[in-house]
Amino acid sequence: MAEPLITPELQATIGQKSKPRLHEVDKLQIRLFARSVGHTDPIYYDEEAAKAAGYRSLVCPPGYLGTPVFNPKQAEPAMPMQGTGPQPSRPLNRILNGGTEIEYFDDICAGDVLEAVGYTSDLQEREGSIGQMLITTSKTEYTRKSDGKLVAVATGTGIRY
Amino acid sequence: MAATWDEVQEGQSIPELRKNCSTQQLVIWAAGSGDFYQIHYDPGFATKTGLKDIIVHGALKNAFLGQAVHDWIGGNGKIKKYGCSYRGMDYPNEDIVCKGVIKRKYEENGEKLVDVEVWTENPEGKQTTPGYATVVFK
Repeated sequence: MAEPLITPELQATIGQKSKPRLHEVDKLQIRLFARSVGHTDPIYYDEEAAKAAGYRSLVCPPGYLGTPVFNPKQAEPAMPMQGTGPQPSRPLNRILNGGTEIEYFDDICAGDVLEAVGYTSDLQEREGSIGQMLITTSKTEYTRKSDGKLVAVATGTGIRY
Repeated sequence: MAATWDEVQEGQSIPELRKNCSTQQLVIWAAGSGDFYQIHYDPGFATKTGLKDIIVHGALKNAFLGQAVHDWIGGNGKIKKYGCSYRGMDYPNEDIVCKGVIKRKYEENGEKLVDVEVWTENPEGKQTTPGYATVVFK
């Protein structure tokens, strides 16, 4: 039996919340995201069409949760699955993106500014065809600044081995 | 025509959405999503990491599945929750077909809900991105 990958220090990171990161939702980026997917519904391109459909402005297409505000003085955000804090008992250099899930609690529209707070919600280790694996589940909570409403929670699964 | 609450039934399929990514589409997606990892547009980089070619972003396939569900319900509903697992790689210039089957139609807390199993299929018929969605109908 190999040494457990999850050290007490790593285990202790579960639930520790990151500093909030700002995500802006704007019309240009909604259009670009929608175009890159191939959406044809005008609610993603034409503000009048979006309003006619009951939205405040262009609405985020599925999977789009705003764009982090770029700051050249800050390092690129680390791979969220890898983190910069406590590490497993031996280095794991390969990462697979296992999957994603988004739960929505409200429409997210152009003009919204979201605060994203991330944390590790679960750590598991498993023996698979690729050997000993560390499975990290991370959650990001998106709260709209203007009204403090939690609008979405994204869950990601990362597999390191 | 967009699906309506009255006509959806368990066991029905949702309309297929066929995708076939050009390398240009992957570059537009990189800009749209902010994922600039080179394995998705630089063949030399991709092969050096052991891949046979550049690969389609997993999150783009997730977005395709979101589009398939959105196009099915149109303005008659909204996606409440959806997700997928990344089980296999897909490549540019190969078909990625998004499919789905209605698994459950129910009312809960006053909401009209439908659970759909969705997935992408590659040209060999393999499900590379199995997922699910819960939609709320008006």
